[in-house]
Amino acid sequence: MDSLKRRKYMRTIQSEEITRNIKEMCMEANYRLAPDMEKAIADGAEREESPLGREILQSLGENLTTAWEEQIPICQDTGMAVVFLEIGQDVHIEGAFLEDAVNEGVRQGYTEGYLRKSVVRDPIIRENTKDNTPAVIHEKITEGDKIRITVAPKGFGSENMSRVFMLKPADGLDGVRKAVLTAVCEAGPNACPPVVVGVGIGGTFEKCASMAKEALLREAGSHSDIPYVKELEEELLQDINRSGIGPVGLGGTTTALAVNINTYPTHIAGLPVGVNICCHVNRHSVRVL
Amino acid sequence: MNLPATDDQLQSLQAGDYVYLSGTVYTARDAAHARMKEALDQNQDLPFPLKGSAVYYMGPTPAREGRVIGSAGPTTASRMDRYTPRLLDLGLKIMIGKGRRSKEVADAIVRNKAVYFAAVGGAGALLSKCIVKSDVIAYEDLGTEAVRKMELKDFPAIVVMDTEGRNLYDTAKETYCTLDRQE
Repeated sequence: MDSLKRRKYMRTIQSEEITRNIKEMCMEANYRLAPDMEKAIADGAEREESPLGREILQSLGENLTTAWEEQIPICQDTGMAVVFLEIGQDVHIEGAFLEDAVNEGVRQGYTEGYLRKSVVRDPIIRENTKDNTPAVIHEKITEGDKIRITVAPKGFGSENMSRVFMLKPADGLDGVRKAVLTAVCEAGPNACPPVVVGVGIGGTFEKCASMAKEALLREAGSHSDIPYVKELEEELLQDINRSGIGPVGLGGTTTALAVNINTYPTHIAGLPVGVNICCHVNRHSVRVL
Repeated sequence: MNLPATDDQLQSLQAGDYVYLSGTVYTARDAAHARMKEALDQNQDLPFPLKGSAVYYMGPTPAREGRVIGSAGPTTASRMDRYTPRLLDLGLKIMIGKGRRSKEVADAIVRNKAVYFAAVGGAGALLSKCIVKSDVIAYEDLGTEAVRKMELKDFPAIVVMDTEGRNLYDTAKETYCTLDRQE
């Protein structure tokens, strides 16, 4: 009786549906930013104290309009496809192997969408795969019978400036603050400011980095539920904007648009801190199947 | 300013100048630079004449039918730093990219009276409209990293490092920095 019940609640999703959605999301993400990001750039332009900085932010806004109206990708670095799959445990996937279905979606999206093929098969030999696959895929099992897909193409100008700091517990909040500031200030112009900074505190070496990337998906302006973390997010945003780096590093008061922090339990001997920097072309597309 | 530029024109530029560039540039980034280094080491010809030339560090998205080029903003120049002093010593005069350069590149810029411009990072769609002609001239197998000869028209660029060694990335930040020294 129990096994009958279980089978009744399994929901089948066809792999082709996953492929088709991912294809569309790759294209969508590269031609149009989410409204919160577009607004953050426009707000930045209004508040910016440097005349050159203001002009640059206005061009970035203009760039978004041109990209959408004329169907030119917002940035030529259409990124390595980073795909998050939150899979309800009552889902059954039929058809192709899930990873293959995702990569086929990326392949089609990057080809049909006139997006750049920026992936090499081997990190040392470096032959271009010609179709921007494979994607980097993060899977998580959740409750329920849906799949929530996030496609977040990641450009490497900013990715290259990201860091992991294995701090000591005694370094505390101050240590975390210094680590984030160090990462952003040392990146300077290279990460195409104004940046969005994702921070992961706790977990392990890879967990803090992964949390930092997930933090980039959060809506600009939204904050952590944990009071001290929310305060840290606001403080860091202010401090980064006092660095003077400014839009594309040419000086000004708008160096970051948001700082988002995730936390996780960690070992008694550790304080891992991941800092994933994203430029102002912070792309993501989300769909629920 | 028209490209190729004269030495006088280059020397008249100052860090912070906002310039509209028109004329010939060549694109080359990581993979192309690696091949050009090989070519130089083996005494082979480079894909384009270096003397007086301008290089734009950029790899575009594919062009839609009827268009000259896809999205075409700058890539981070520092990845090409290890190849650059030699190219400057051999006559390269203008570089367009984004981000800081190394001390070796800074010295080579002054030594050779060259100029490094920044184009606005992330404005790939807008910048593509300032490119009126683009042809792959070498390393076609590199796809987006192939060497292209391009014609620019009123392409906006900001002088970051001039022939006298001034650096806008350093000076501009100081103007707006209000963090305490120990932070």
